[in-house]
Amino acid sequence: MNEMDNKWIGKNTIRPDGADKVTGRAEYGADTIMPGMIWGKVLRSPYPHATIKSINTKKAEELDGVFSVATSADCVDFPVDTPVILGIQDIRWMARNVLAKEKALFHGHPIAAVAARTEEIAEKACELIEVDYVVHPWAIEIDDAIKPDAPILHDFIKFDGKPSNIAGTLEHKKGNIEEGFKDADIIIEKEFETAAVHQGYLETHACLVSVSPDDRTTIWSSSQGQFMVRAMTSFITGIPQSSIRAIPAEIGGGFGGKTIVYLEPVATILSKKSGRPVKMVMTREEVMRASGPTSGSKSKVKIGAKNNGKITAAQGTFYLQAGAFPGAPIRGAAGCCLAPYDIPNAHTFGYDVVSNRSKVAAYRAPGAPIGAYAVECVLDEVAEALKMCPLEFRLKNAAKEGTKAVHGPTYPVMGYVETLEACLSHPHYKAPLKKLQGRGYASGFWFNAGGESSAQVNITEDGNVVVTTGHPDIGGSRASIANITAELLGIDVNRVSVLIGDTATIGFSNLTGGSRVLFASALVVTESTNQVIDILKDRASKIWNIDKEAIEWENGEARPAGDNAGKFKPLSLVELAEQATPTGGPIGAGHQVNTVGAEGGFATHICDVEVDIELGIARVIRYTAAQDVGKAIHPAYVEGQLQGGVVQGIGWALNEEYIYNKEGKLDNPGFLDYRIPVCSDLPMIDTILVEVPNPQHPQGVRGVGEVPIVPPLSAIANAIYNAIGTRFYSLPMSPPKVLEKISD
Amino acid sequence: MAKIQVKTKINGEETEFLCQPYDTVLDVLRRDLNMTGTKEVCSTGDCGACSITMDGRLVCSCLVLAAETEDKNIETIEGMAKNGKFNVLQKTFLEHAALQCGICTPGMLVAAKSLLEKNTNPTETEIRYWLAGNLCRCTGYDKIVKAVQAAAEEIRENA
Repeated sequence: MNEMDNKWIGKNTIRPDGADKVTGRAEYGADTIMPGMIWGKVLRSPYPHATIKSINTKKAEELDGVFSVATSADCVDFPVDTPVILGIQDIRWMARNVLAKEKALFHGHPIAAVAARTEEIAEKACELIEVDYVVHPWAIEIDDAIKPDAPILHDFIKFDGKPSNIAGTLEHKKGNIEEGFKDADIIIEKEFETAAVHQGYLETHACLVSVSPDDRTTIWSSSQGQFMVRAMTSFITGIPQSSIRAIPAEIGGGFGGKTIVYLEPVATILSKKSGRPVKMVMTREEVMRASGPTSGSKSKVKIGAKNNGKITAAQGTFYLQAGAFPGAPIRGAAGCCLAPYDIPNAHTFGYDVVSNRSKVAAYRAPGAPIGAYAVECVLDEVAEALKMCPLEFRLKNAAKEGTKAVHGPTYPVMGYVETLEACLSHPHYKAPLKKLQGRGYASGFWFNAGGESSAQVNITEDGNVVVTTGHPDIGGSRASIANITAELLGIDVNRVSVLIGDTATIGFSNLTGGSRVLFASALVVTESTNQVIDILKDRASKIWNIDKEAIEWENGEARPAGDNAGKFKPLSLVELAEQATPTGGPIGAGHQVNTVGAEGGFATHICDVEVDIELGIARVIRYTAAQDVGKAIHPAYVEGQLQGGVVQGIGWALNEEYIYNKEGKLDNPGFLDYRIPVCSDLPMIDTILVEVPNPQHPQGVRGVGEVPIVPPLSAIANAIYNAIGTRFYSLPMSPPKVLEKISD
Repeated sequence: MAKIQVKTKINGEETEFLCQPYDTVLDVLRRDLNMTGTKEVCSTGDCGACSITMDGRLVCSCLVLAAETEDKNIETIEGMAKNGKFNVLQKTFLEHAALQCGICTPGMLVAAKSLLEKNTNPTETEIRYWLAGNLCRCTGYDKIVKAVQAAAEEIRENA
């Protein structure tokens, strides 16, 4: 079908869940209640690093109004020396993160939990729990964690044969790095630091769990994957997955931070022990202290180029904080940082460093902004030294179809060059700047993901459509699925209802993450809908008594085609639904598959800042984000992904940071001191949707959600340099730091 | 501690409830009256997700004690659509894709409505500063500002 003929794909339709969300009817994680419900609260470690010698819960259990108490003794025991892998998580660590076992490894680490008649009683009971701790020295920063006499978090983690806080490494190599640098006319090497930042989803973690005496368990919770909730809760509590039904609430933001569990297994244990439904809701302070964030980092990047502007070699070393348990996103940093470029000789290296911070969780293109920050800043310095326009320099070295990427793959059709060209021809590129204003550029890449998805498309008795998928809708995916279904069936989009099934009503579907949801669900919804169309043609063939092959489906109706054309009056979806029973029964089809063919996403951003040199405030005054989005099924929500990602990047670059005090305790666990961008900080965020369709997808979809957060850190750093002539090698570039640098 | 009996008006409806002296309006709305449209995000007045109006004044319901609502007129998100019809802001938020996850949306709408009741022709800067107390982590605010501008325009046209 010609793209111009599209009736719904590419249109900004009203999202199916929109009315619920503008009226307050939508039910998020904390909005569900049950008769007989009681409240759970968590006791958290007051120390950043301590051995737990004993936990005495007797006094708490005896308090009036207390129903049950949980500790790690109630969880399945996972020995520390045996990995138990679920997706990218290791259940050994997940179980110990949910309830500490041998040691408390960060301030705020859950030690025990209580369920009581009210939250107040549960809190009081937590205070009555006696924990015998042996406090150890701690390490918060990377340098403190990797120095020779650092306090060791996990004795069994060895690096170079010795106990270490370096829990893992990863490396990508291409060509010969020494030869590459020998060929260079200019080499620039710089070191960078970034602070740990939180995803900052506004909805705090929340759940309601009810366990029956035969262990049948219902979990209502907000997460990026009801199947992940089911699996992790099953692992940690020992209740089989078949006995757990996880119902996805609407999710109030996640950005990767809700791809793991914190409360659900605890509430399950408390409910099982009390026989009552248990509700748990984290406070903002608990979210900041004990969930997320993403890694802080230290890195070193070296890039060499010829005088003609061709890069000959690039090297990057990235140390990323994992928090208390292994699992820093080093693949995102070391794997994505050079991906936009065709570089003959390259070597990137990542180190996964544990320290006494809360365990990191995924955050939008995990690790990639950290790698891109260092690389894109050094690229800017190289371009300046070569007296080249930074965009032309990137264009000269841009990866294209057929380029062998440093992280492995040979690229298929891709639109990176198109994002550079779009920026070069955008009015923003040539717009004049005033004094103390500067312009910066940067590019970015994210892998994108496929993975398991399931869908069911059912025709209702009145000839409308209900689509069920298994992915929590975090940013409007239901609207895009409705567009695709309506397009394929040739009916009005308002006749399509899109629902998110729970674990008992739809087949396994992997996380809402990796920018995979629309890519993957569009594949299974398309296949299911095509099967439905096939069934509809079959039903028409029975009614008309002609071959199914002699029928075509067009504009929402079955039409006789070929020799039979015009012989029968077309049958609409409504008419076929009315005759469903005599022609064979209910009409519907489902499809479930491990989707493949998700191709990477590339972006290039232009950013203007203005620096107030008296207050040290760098303010973004204009921003344009160009991205290869494959095909925008619902352009407004695609733009929304770009705008939201950019603004999170702006926060990361300019203000956000985890600040620890001398006691190893987070000093800014709330939105007053952990300052995310507010409306008055920002300009409009312009977007350029470059559409180079993904040939491996029926609608050409590429993931779009994560790439937008990759370029801003360096685009802003480069813009500040161009505004005031000072380079920042450490994030955030917050007012105190800017003032300090200016006064130097 | 003895509970306090409070008589108030919520979205035009006479309402009575019992509360502890330390309960906030947000506690009572969400936990006791099951009006969960008003969202709890920070509980410290930093995010605006629990925005309501009290006698026409925009407040964070997490910073107002429930006992203070005696004889007051409270308006929440649940009262914004009237007689089954969207408020113009609800409509423009949907048309402009001004929400992604939607958790900030009730507070954002209540705050924006309060602005447009005072000023039907706000500049972009006025909108941005009025909404500076309402955090959104998904949208980057771009489409929210545009939706408020569109609603203001519609209000002016229909005036």
